[in-house]
Amino acid sequence: MKTTICAALAAVCSALLIAPAGAKTLVYCSEGSPENFTPAINTTGTSFDAARPVYDKLTEFERGTTKVEPGLAESWQVADGGKTITFKLRKGVKFHSGVNGFKPTRDFNADDVLFSFERQWKENHPYHKVSGGKYDYFGDMDMPKLLESIEKVDDYTVRMRLKEPNVAMLANLAMDFASIHSAEYAAMLDKAGKKEQFDQVPVGTGPFSFVMYQKDAVIRFRANKDYWGEKALVDDLVFAITPDPTTRYSKLKAGECHFVIAPRPADLPEMQKDKTLKVIQQPGLNIAYWSFNVLKPPLDKKEVRLALNMAIDKKSIIRDVYLGAGTAAKNLIPPTLWGYNDSVKDYPYDPGKAKALLKSAGVATPLDIDLWYMPVQRPYNPNAKRIAEMMQSDLAKIGVNAKLVTYEWGEYRKRAQQGEHMTVQLGWTGDNGDPDNFFFLRGCAAARPGGQNLSKWCDKAYDDKMNRAKTLSDNKERAKLYMEMQVIEHEAAPDLKIAHSVVWEAMRANVTGFKQSPLAAHQFNGVDLK
Amino acid sequence: MLKFFLQRVALTVPTFVALMFVTFVAIRLVPGDPVEVRVGERGISPERLAYFRHELGLDQPVWKQFLDYVWHLLHGDFGTSLVTNQKVLTEFAALFPATIELGVAGMLIAVLLGIPAGAMAAVKRGTWYDQLIMGLSVTGYSMPIFWWGLILIMVVAEGWGLTPVSGRIDLINYYFEPTTGFMLVDAWLSKQPGAFLDAVRHLILPAIVLGTIPLAVIARMTRSSMLEVLNEDYVRTARAKGLPPRRVIGIHALRNALIPVVTIIGLQVGTLVAGAVLTETIFSWPGVGKWLIEAVGRRDYPALQGGVMLISAIVMLVNLAVDVLYGVINPRIRHGG
Repeated sequence: MKTTICAALAAVCSALLIAPAGAKTLVYCSEGSPENFTPAINTTGTSFDAARPVYDKLTEFERGTTKVEPGLAESWQVADGGKTITFKLRKGVKFHSGVNGFKPTRDFNADDVLFSFERQWKENHPYHKVSGGKYDYFGDMDMPKLLESIEKVDDYTVRMRLKEPNVAMLANLAMDFASIHSAEYAAMLDKAGKKEQFDQVPVGTGPFSFVMYQKDAVIRFRANKDYWGEKALVDDLVFAITPDPTTRYSKLKAGECHFVIAPRPADLPEMQKDKTLKVIQQPGLNIAYWSFNVLKPPLDKKEVRLALNMAIDKKSIIRDVYLGAGTAAKNLIPPTLWGYNDSVKDYPYDPGKAKALLKSAGVATPLDIDLWYMPVQRPYNPNAKRIAEMMQSDLAKIGVNAKLVTYEWGEYRKRAQQGEHMTVQLGWTGDNGDPDNFFFLRGCAAARPGGQNLSKWCDKAYDDKMNRAKTLSDNKERAKLYMEMQVIEHEAAPDLKIAHSVVWEAMRANVTGFKQSPLAAHQFNGVDLK
Repeated sequence: MLKFFLQRVALTVPTFVALMFVTFVAIRLVPGDPVEVRVGERGISPERLAYFRHELGLDQPVWKQFLDYVWHLLHGDFGTSLVTNQKVLTEFAALFPATIELGVAGMLIAVLLGIPAGAMAAVKRGTWYDQLIMGLSVTGYSMPIFWWGLILIMVVAEGWGLTPVSGRIDLINYYFEPTTGFMLVDAWLSKQPGAFLDAVRHLILPAIVLGTIPLAVIARMTRSSMLEVLNEDYVRTARAKGLPPRRVIGIHALRNALIPVVTIIGLQVGTLVAGAVLTETIFSWPGVGKWLIEAVGRRDYPALQGGVMLISAIVMLVNLAVDVLYGVINPRIRHGG
């Protein structure tokens, strides 16, 4: 009897576990282990990538763009001057079955939406404290400040009331933290006293269902054949966790993975020559800038700020520090974002004119300023210190002595936000693909001490347009306002825009259908192996 | 014998306590606490920072944190990772088999090649063979692990295609649930055709890289110990008796020469752990070395502390075992002679 059971089990297991002959497996060499599989409690791209195959959101970013399109919400209506959004939910959407012993008894509905947001929002929610209870993105996107209520109107209608109009909310809901979980699965684990498994063994409605995860080694997913949206074209998706970029490249060449994250800039020329590989790139959704504190003379004078803009040889910085992984910036938003104003002309590198501008502003040289640089590497800035040194030598040519200053990273941000600096380097990585998520960095609200406008520059015309744009639901009208704001900001020059990093992706030549996301998301439904 | 054993154990305890204290203080001296490392450009409001620091107990004085830590440790609780919210012991237990597998394979290479090579070098002292082995051993000893690993990947895996680049098993063709955590065992148990051999092929390069330094050390040690023994009276006597050279070297000389080598092998366990940190990173090997490095980066205090304590405990236990074993082999030691 025992033998029969064993044999039967073995047969079932092998049928389940061994990929059938001819099954297509896509191997993605990722860079690290996820913290867990619930995006709401994570902050890193690595963790978001690992959870993305499993989940859907109410709204989604169209693959490869920042355009918001329907997701689990089939449609929505904005009313009350942008303060109420009513979502019609998609019917017949199934949660993954068989993961961690979970068999859904019902389709996705409003309860799942409420569960997913209330867990993050309500401190008395049974899942609020599970896995540490830190909901960074929910807080960072100001959700507690914006949300008045989320109500279930009926099983397939959810109404969201906001405290103030904010159309960027629709883009917020397409972000990973807003992934929709199964309330039924949560209840099952709660009953079994295994709540902590909720964030380790994920169940969602996404294009792939979770199979297994082995820390630092591998994550496996299987295509969800019942998926309502753009289906997975491969049978299995495997994340081979490979932290070293040189090893990733070797694995790509050897065919051990089909796609690698973050190739090393130094490897790119060779990769591009290799016929068996394909390399694509686009500017990242970020900006590195050098802010001038307009509250500190002589930086209150526009001529001085213009002079600083013309004194810096940006091309050399891009070439020597970014090594091909950066593109010169002239606007606060990167060119991949809607609303980008390409007609803005960047200031030329012209030390002679810079000198003249200083003179016309009545500034005596040598002028002493401080120049703060971050002690850490950031996605938009590979080496702030090196950039500061190059700037220092450029500035010396126009009679400006820059003293380089830095602090421990946390301290650096705190002091800069207080406005202790004269000039400071920093940057920003966009979250939701909405231009407002960048423009607020020069808004008046953020110019207060402790705010994120490090130029402490506050321009009424700019600020009014920005606030108006938040209430408009027509993106064309918003784009028009944003274009005007970029001109205002460019002319006032409260900062020097250094660069947007360039994000590269490398894959085997037989990988088709991958669309590079401006949000740096790696999404594998719709991707095939030829 | 018992007294000798107890003496050794008694010496281990203060070492362990000192280590616990040093690790605890050292990680807290590194700037940036776990909460601040998490947040990016947005920063964090002082209230939220204070709240999370309180939740994690980081607002307590360091001496109190230390006493709490020791208290929990005495109850077998190594704490919970700040990053994954998993028990440190659970994470360690899941990753440790991979490190053992790699370490044992590396050590096997080192011992199986190092002892014969060293013994031969001693026997053929002064010949080109001796010089070659000693030259190689100096090179091996001074080889940066990271560089050596990458060179092997480029030449052996990428260039000649003899082994896979990294990982523990071919992820496209094989899939089975880990049962023991030892890939060789799991692959064998899976009964999937070719899985075991594939796991062996994956183990070759990382084991060579990790085994290189111990190999060099063992070869050199065997050689010098062997040279000493070859000059002993009893070896001369054995030769004079007309025993065949193979017997003289293999039985009379090598056996006695191995006594100091055993100690060296024990000491190499520490080197193996240090090497595992780099080897695991290059070869995407999911062991505790790589895990520790990440814990440093993320200021995951409990994971780092727990990991260091567990690894040091193991290294100390191995050294204790070697000490005892040494006493068994060599009675002069245990009698304090």
